[in-house]
Amino acid sequence: MTPLLDVRSLTKTYGSRTGCADVSFTLYPGEVMGIVGESGSGKSTLLNCLAGHLEPDRGEVFFDTRTDGPRDTLRMSEPERRMLGRTDWAFVHQNPRDGLRMRISAGGNVGERLMAVGARHYAEIRTAAEDWLDRVEISTNRIDDRPAAFSGGMQQRLQIARNLVTGPRLVFMDEPTGGLDVSVQARLLDLLRGLVRRMGLSAIVVTHDLAVVRLLADRLMVMKDGHVVETGLTDQVLDDPQHGYTQLLVSSVLQV
Amino acid sequence: MIEVQGLGKSFTLHNQGSAVIPVLEGASFTVAPGECVALTGASGAGKSTVMRILYGNYLAQAGQVLIGGVDLTAAEPREILALRRETLGYVSQFLRVVPRVPTLEVVAEPCLAIGMEEGAALDRARGLLARLNIPERLWALSPTTFSGGEQQRVNIARGFAHTYPALLLDEPTASLDPQNREVVLSLVEEAKARGTAIVGIFHDAPARDRLANREIDVSAFTPARAA
Repeated sequence: MTPLLDVRSLTKTYGSRTGCADVSFTLYPGEVMGIVGESGSGKSTLLNCLAGHLEPDRGEVFFDTRTDGPRDTLRMSEPERRMLGRTDWAFVHQNPRDGLRMRISAGGNVGERLMAVGARHYAEIRTAAEDWLDRVEISTNRIDDRPAAFSGGMQQRLQIARNLVTGPRLVFMDEPTGGLDVSVQARLLDLLRGLVRRMGLSAIVVTHDLAVVRLLADRLMVMKDGHVVETGLTDQVLDDPQHGYTQLLVSSVLQV
Repeated sequence: MIEVQGLGKSFTLHNQGSAVIPVLEGASFTVAPGECVALTGASGAGKSTVMRILYGNYLAQAGQVLIGGVDLTAAEPREILALRRETLGYVSQFLRVVPRVPTLEVVAEPCLAIGMEEGAALDRARGLLARLNIPERLWALSPTTFSGGEQQRVNIARGFAHTYPALLLDEPTASLDPQNREVVLSLVEEAKARGTAIVGIFHDAPARDRLANREIDVSAFTPARAA
């Protein structure tokens, strides 16, 4: 099986500071990988390099494209990469305001991404938007409201709908449940988990919340100071951590 | 079906003076299809550790674990997940579920994961829940609010939903009343009759005597403590 994503020696420095150093991994179709580590460990830098939002200093990111097979996205032309960002890739930001357009309606937010890939038929776009609002549990009578009128949890679900409407194959998520109430988090996790399983998506989820990755991720990558210190099956890394830093992370979680 | 060779396990506690705690050494045994092997030994002897290594939940430092042809000590995460989906079931003592998911879906999930048609998977789940005497009015609720015994039965229903060729059972009859205990014992007997290879921990001695073909005392694998 061809990996969906094949990352080799990805390195990004900020002057003399290390963002992420020599990161390599492969992600297969349908796999969900969690990246954990404390603030400043380089996990967001890595995610942004993978998604093409930041230019790494070195390395290769091969993505298995639908038409041409594996291609290094770092050496693609800008329009090609942008097209990938609108079709096969999706990016769910921690703050929904970064991933939504706050001045257009909820339906418009979902429809816009469809129009970006060529949908023109208004009724079809509206139907697809209604379908997706329903899937993320937003009542369709809110379709004409602006996201500014939504709660944080609803905004986050709307961002997910906007991202998934084009049927991407790879979803990048940056702290998708950060900043939400615990009860809202649980609902969002349940929703994400269902969507990922049903659509057969691959996903890379950056979070510092170990409970979130336990429920969402098949495998884990633990980062410290820009380096990957441990990888493995999620429950194995959490229940039998090998690296001192992972042991510290796991033992620092408060029990409820 | 299950082949364990020269298994060794120690824990290194990096944040506690790098203390190394050896727990297993030279553990070797095999389990044939249709056979039930009971792990015995005092508390702390390493029964649960063996079970967790067999499930890929703990990493071994030495040796091999072959289940259905896959070496768990060397497999990639996705290979272990595929093995757990298709071949290897585990009934732990505690139910760990996603909040908000209804009991019926929790039990049907292993069948859906292997691609069983939804109606058939839900029927299978209903059958097991009914057999394990979980009242039908609870099926649409999340098991997180259930009593300990109810959660344990939901856990067992989930573990037996798909007919895995290999099954790990961690005290399946703990906290069950006699009637439900009997149901669980017959579920295990049916699995054996189907040819499932079973490794279990049974503190319930009569249950162990009835189910197990053999006992393995894991104290034999406890490393000699360096004083």
